[in-house]
Amino acid sequence: MTDAARKTPLYDLHLELGAKMVDFAGWMMPVQYPGGIMAEHAQCRDKAALFDVSHMGQVTLTGDNPAAALETLVPAALTTLPAGKARYTMFTNDAGGILDDLIVSNAVDHLFLVVNASMRDQDIPLMAALPGVDLVEITDHALIALQGPKAESILAPLCPAAATLKFMETTTATLMDTRVRISRLGYTGEDGYEISIPQDKAADICRALLAHEDCAPAGLGARDSLRLEAGLCLYGNEITPETSPIEAGLIWSIQKKRRETGGFPGAARILDEIANGPSRKLVGIQPAGRAPARQGVEIQSDSGTPLGQITSGGFGPTIGGPVAMGYVALDHAAPGTAVNLIIRGKSQPATVVALPFVTQNYKR
Amino acid sequence: MTTYYSEEHEWLTVEGDVATIGITQHAADQLGDIVFIELKEEGDSFAQGDDLGVIESVKAASEVYAPVDGEVVEANETLADNPGSLNEQPEADAWIYKIKLSNPSQLEELMDLAGYKDFIG
Repeated sequence: MTDAARKTPLYDLHLELGAKMVDFAGWMMPVQYPGGIMAEHAQCRDKAALFDVSHMGQVTLTGDNPAAALETLVPAALTTLPAGKARYTMFTNDAGGILDDLIVSNAVDHLFLVVNASMRDQDIPLMAALPGVDLVEITDHALIALQGPKAESILAPLCPAAATLKFMETTTATLMDTRVRISRLGYTGEDGYEISIPQDKAADICRALLAHEDCAPAGLGARDSLRLEAGLCLYGNEITPETSPIEAGLIWSIQKKRRETGGFPGAARILDEIANGPSRKLVGIQPAGRAPARQGVEIQSDSGTPLGQITSGGFGPTIGGPVAMGYVALDHAAPGTAVNLIIRGKSQPATVVALPFVTQNYKR
Repeated sequence: MTTYYSEEHEWLTVEGDVATIGITQHAADQLGDIVFIELKEEGDSFAQGDDLGVIESVKAASEVYAPVDGEVVEANETLADNPGSLNEQPEADAWIYKIKLSNPSQLEELMDLAGYKDFIG
């Protein structure tokens, strides 16, 4: 842990709850609590788990038309994003690769964005340079994620607005006499919320949520195993400056208008891949044995031809066995295709499977 | 019967020229939920510092290093089906190998329980 690692407004609460803290992207974050990753993972799938995600960058954009300006950096349609709705998108580079992924919310009189902690130093200057846009980084708010099938029944008694939101909707609301922004979305594949809270009230609100019998804290370890089973991309693993949104299976995040008119970095490659198909594709990989296949493991065809690499892999607690994602050449991307994984020099059989591993459970 | 401890968080209980090897509770706690173990086979010989297998937790893969020179006499096959036992009883039923020592003088380089407790602080 470096001296420079920053503390979130919930740092003291994590220590009190017995968290094991790690330096993640320059922030001291809980990787797990005493119950362990398996129990925290199950807690989120079965009831609800509370995550501190205050390390992520929260940004507001205002100006004459920040949505139009931001569209020059991302392939999502934002000028047509209705008030109170959120959209997933990504900053692309001129080669059609991905610089970071983010959520953009139409907060009526401004855009509210959440970007990855590790990439804020790249993303913020990129957006600050947009003409006619005023950018403010929100540094005095915590961000928490309450995720799981019981999230609504835990939150709604404290914040009735929570029950009225559907998946990918956002609003301001009052929670324990505090003005918060609450959005129905997350990174676990479960129903749930992300809530932006003034930092001095964050611990009190977390304690109130954790007082509910169906709620328990979860750390970055469970956050990773949950998102992997849900087939959600992680920046630096599935999505990088070399991977295109089409290769990563994110075509759904590029609305029709943008497919027709382009006007975002890397549009030439991305629109070509939409029309003609990419040369490789992100797929689910189910190892046949018990050995987890981690990031960097080579994927080969059953005749030994290299096909690509595992981008994320580990043990899926809900699946009860190893799960992974990785890129394979398009002719080996069909679910059911037999492949081999080269784990510590040994070839291990595996099968290409459809993502996600665990059905997403969103409130549509 | 004497038990020794290594800086790689293994324990060895020695009887004659055979030692039973496992990981310490401290190591198991640090690894977190263990989900997979890859073992060497009976008859495999190894030198001190060699890789003796891999233990994977939900988080990451960790190698097991040989604390001494030797040869695998028996690997604990029950661990393959129940890797979680390494979290529960790493210093009892969830032993990993029985090995034949080929250089017993190396035991002198290891710690006793008091020394290991000091080591992990």
